[in-house]
Amino acid sequence: MPSGSIDIRYVAQLARLALTDEEIEIFGQQLGNLLEHVNALGELDTASVAATAQVVESRNVMREDRPVPCLDRERVLSQAPQRQGGFFRVPRIIAE
Amino acid sequence: MASPLIEKSAAETARDVAGAATSAAEVTEATLERVASVEANVGSYLTVLPELARACAARVDERVRAGERPPLAGVPIAVKDNMCLDGTRTTCGSKILESWIAPYTATAVARMLDAGAIPIGKANCDEFAMGSSCENSALGVTRNPYDPLRVPGGSSGGSAAAVAAYEAAIGLGSDTGGSIREPGAFCNLVGFKPTYGRISRYGLIAFASSLDQIGPLTRTVEDAALAYDAMAGFDPMDATSLDKPVEPAASALRENLQGLRVGIVREFATAALGDELDAVYRQAYRDLERLGAQLVDVSLPTADYGVATYYLIAPAECSSNLARFDGVRYGLRVDGNDVREMYDRTRAAGFGPEVKRRILIGTYALSSGYYDAYYVRAQKARTLIARDFARAFATCDLIACPAASCTAFPFGAKSDPYSMYLMDYYTIPMALAGLPALSVPCGWSTPEGGTLPMPLGLQLCAPLFEERLLLGAAHAYERATRHALARKPALEESRA
Repeated sequence: MPSGSIDIRYVAQLARLALTDEEIEIFGQQLGNLLEHVNALGELDTASVAATAQVVESRNVMREDRPVPCLDRERVLSQAPQRQGGFFRVPRIIAE
Repeated sequence: MASPLIEKSAAETARDVAGAATSAAEVTEATLERVASVEANVGSYLTVLPELARACAARVDERVRAGERPPLAGVPIAVKDNMCLDGTRTTCGSKILESWIAPYTATAVARMLDAGAIPIGKANCDEFAMGSSCENSALGVTRNPYDPLRVPGGSSGGSAAAVAAYEAAIGLGSDTGGSIREPGAFCNLVGFKPTYGRISRYGLIAFASSLDQIGPLTRTVEDAALAYDAMAGFDPMDATSLDKPVEPAASALRENLQGLRVGIVREFATAALGDELDAVYRQAYRDLERLGAQLVDVSLPTADYGVATYYLIAPAECSSNLARFDGVRYGLRVDGNDVREMYDRTRAAGFGPEVKRRILIGTYALSSGYYDAYYVRAQKARTLIARDFARAFATCDLIACPAASCTAFPFGAKSDPYSMYLMDYYTIPMALAGLPALSVPCGWSTPEGGTLPMPLGLQLCAPLFEERLLLGAAHAYERATRHALARKPALEESRA
């Protein structure tokens, strides 16, 4: 199992989470502690074991491709933090 | 004086309402009164729904007058607040969804309502179902009705407390690593997690998709069977729901365990839990034997790695599932100068510490360079755990073990995250293997530092799809021991 400490700042960036310095310190300790526990999995011989993603008979589910009613657009958009007409409005994405 | 209607089981209420001995309206009014008088001391609900409840009750009474006999006619239910109910606030116990109104109803909830159940309210839970005490809810405190200084368990703690305090007859919960079974044990209830995929998760806000399963919390095994019968079965809206016929469990309830072999797990020796709990569980195993079961020794050598396995897989899936909460389409938004800053700030303000921890663990476990070492290794450990159960079930029909390692603990007792994670030690392996399992009351113990006896739960687990066997056996045990009836909740009704 990997060793060493987690770069919490980098992981938080990947997770799109703004953390305070205090959170970075606390979470860093707590996650380091957790990793010590999960490192116990290194004791298991898994060399010839297949990974299980899902336990119960997973299969592709096909259905006919025909239109059926969906959620009402107005009701869905009514929950948007900000909207413009039939769109979700967000802050600018591309710098000017 | 509380109405006698509120203490009836779901089965009794449904029979009385369907037989017109009482009405859904009367049961609903009695339950709403109960909620008004005890909620200040319990805090089961984040949202109480008197108008919707009354409207549903009127419809059920109408159906009964028209000659229908709905199987859950007039049965008051508490719905965990991670399940959508059209037009009602659905929060997941999180600030990020604090004022979100669901635009549709979860299949499991819809099936309960079709069966005649009355939605009394949306029940508190640990934020996004992450926790074992309900303390991680950002929106409210829920107390254990058997000792208000102690937690109800979690994450389905509000649903459990509501049923224990007679604020509902059935609580809908979701179990990812033990979130139905542990609060069931802590609140003197039956907490039942069916086989993975048995009950549709359409409208259940996802936490860890390879594990999440909906199930009931009830005061009797029969009620758990009735709720299961109402909810189970394929749903085209959930591609992971099992396309398999469901035979009714309510007709499979047994009075003895003749001919059944019950496996006692060598690695789960209860001596480690202290003399008092050890005695309770040993007595429970003896009672299974007295009912006709043959006890056999089974081994789950990899089960000890369950917690480590779970705390990689569940956070990994959570980090992916919770990516959708980004301030764009629903829920909280905290503005930023660009969309990236808006995401970062929204999620920082909207998620509580436990959710952040799990998102960070999961993101790390899935990140480049660590994926094989953590996530894939955990999935392989999961294979080994599932194999352990398969081997054990070659020599037994059911497995019996504790549902939790202690009784309900005081608020704040598990402030170290890992100590809280260990609360699911006995329930995680079954979740990882997708197996049906339940907790049924098996005795009482006064915890150190406590003054009131608190309930304990026996966990029973069956092979995949064997819900009828599981509920049937639990019914025989319940009928023969009647532990749940030994005490009533300690809460006092506050005068409004």
